[in-house]
Amino acid sequence: MSHMTFVLLSYGITILILGGLVAWLWLDASATRADLARLETQGVKRRSEVS
Amino acid sequence: MSAPRKPSGFGALANPTRFMALSAKILPWLWGIASLLIGVGLLWAWNAPEDYQQGITVRIMYVHVPSAWMAMFIYMVLAVSALGVLIWRHPLADVSIRAAVPLGAAFTLICLITGSLWGRPMWGTWWVWDARLTSVFVLFLMYLGIFALQRAMDDPVKAARPAAILVLVGVINIPIIRFSVDWWNTLHQPASVIRFDGPTIHPTMLWPLLICGIGFTVLFFAMHMLGMRNIVRRRRVEGLRRAGTRDATAKPMRVIVEEGGTS
Amino acid sequence: MIALIIRDVRLGIRSGGSGLIGVLFFLSVVAVTPFAIGPDLNLLAQIGPAILWIGALLASLLGLDRLFQIDLEDGSLDVLVLARHDQPLALTVFSKCVAHWLITGLPLVIAAPLFGILLNMPLEATAATTATLLMGTPAITFIGAMGASVTATLPRGGLLVSVIVLPFVIPVLIFGVQAALGATLAGVPFMQPFLFLCATTLFFCVLGPLSAGYALRQLEG
Repeated sequence: MSHMTFVLLSYGITILILGGLVAWLWLDASATRADLARLETQGVKRRSEVS
Repeated sequence: MSAPRKPSGFGALANPTRFMALSAKILPWLWGIASLLIGVGLLWAWNAPEDYQQGITVRIMYVHVPSAWMAMFIYMVLAVSALGVLIWRHPLADVSIRAAVPLGAAFTLICLITGSLWGRPMWGTWWVWDARLTSVFVLFLMYLGIFALQRAMDDPVKAARPAAILVLVGVINIPIIRFSVDWWNTLHQPASVIRFDGPTIHPTMLWPLLICGIGFTVLFFAMHMLGMRNIVRRRRVEGLRRAGTRDATAKPMRVIVEEGGTS
Repeated sequence: MIALIIRDVRLGIRSGGSGLIGVLFFLSVVAVTPFAIGPDLNLLAQIGPAILWIGALLASLLGLDRLFQIDLEDGSLDVLVLARHDQPLALTVFSKCVAHWLITGLPLVIAAPLFGILLNMPLEATAATTATLLMGTPAITFIGAMGASVTATLPRGGLLVSVIVLPFVIPVLIFGVQAALGATLAGVPFMQPFLFLCATTLFFCVLGPLSAGYALRQLEG
């Protein structure tokens, strides 16, 4: 393996792991937002919003 | 009677609602700055001079060293959050720990992998059990241990304090990592940036390295903030689910949507 | 303090098995090694100290969740925590660690020379390994107390304790094996790593009980 291969592999794995983290966080964000919106439409209210 | 003083600093963020509002405004800026810094940094790194000994392989330094810095920096963030759990009883301190642990483990993993890819052409070996590599590997195991401990307990409020204690006991590893290359004869090279006499790296290499380092740091803050927002939202969802199972005509239940807010 | 140690040792012996199971597990690791590595006696003698250390380490780790388990089950842990105004909780945990080591660690140290024969280890290597195990296994118990205390309320905390404590006992293992090898190989020092090992044990004998005491205090809410 040439030295360039090692360099490219390093940058590649870094981008992969960091990109994977960001993707997971964004997916989780939209999932939790969707859950909250669904509960909102079902009429469940937070204690601070009731009364 | 005077009006109650508005809390400042971390106290201002103690209310999860205020945290959510503030973080929603700050987060896009963090993503933008992080992308800019990392983009500029990596581009500059790619055009930085080759090392006269290592040639092009030195370019790995621009991802390996910043990720190593992050691995240790994130643990210090964990430690401060742990103090927040145990001493200041900050409601979001536990959320901070939960969000930061996977990030710390990921950066440590990047550090180990890129280090190994750097070591193979330079040292002739993928791995060696010298003091620096071993202590960073131990750091990785610690991140995994904290992760496992938090997930083992169902009640996040109960899990907060044991996890915080584990974090603080592990802090001893950070100075060991930092000074391992000084205290022991290691294959890993000694410190060349944060030194008493100043950095020994040439400015043409130092600047892209620092830019990448700051970029990674801002990226971590963005991911950490987003992770915390996700956890706060998820806890609200769970709290609402528990409340929503009651009859609609019943009086509203004391719903604990902010865990730890009513102790 | 002495009374607590005697009580715990009596309880440990009576509840049976903790020390013996540890030794049996140690024996399993030692017995399995020649099958995995092959019967080359020279090779076994060379890696003997390491195998003994790995076996003792794993046996110690697996026995750690028993540290607070009995007291947690019958409620005496609460009594001990409440008594912290008479005797500091760190001292209480220290006593429990001493008792725990006497039941689980000491049998491993005693068994080590016998298992050294199974691995064809020379006398100096066996002696050095036993000495390092004698000084090193208490370190595992002390820092294990920290792990056991943060997982005390978990029903099946056993494996989790091992995972949590493992990063901290790695230096103990490193120094222990280094010292043991130093007794046989020429040009490699014995005293240096041995002293580091003793230092680690002393450090953990403070850090472990202190952090465990703090963690146990948090359990009461």
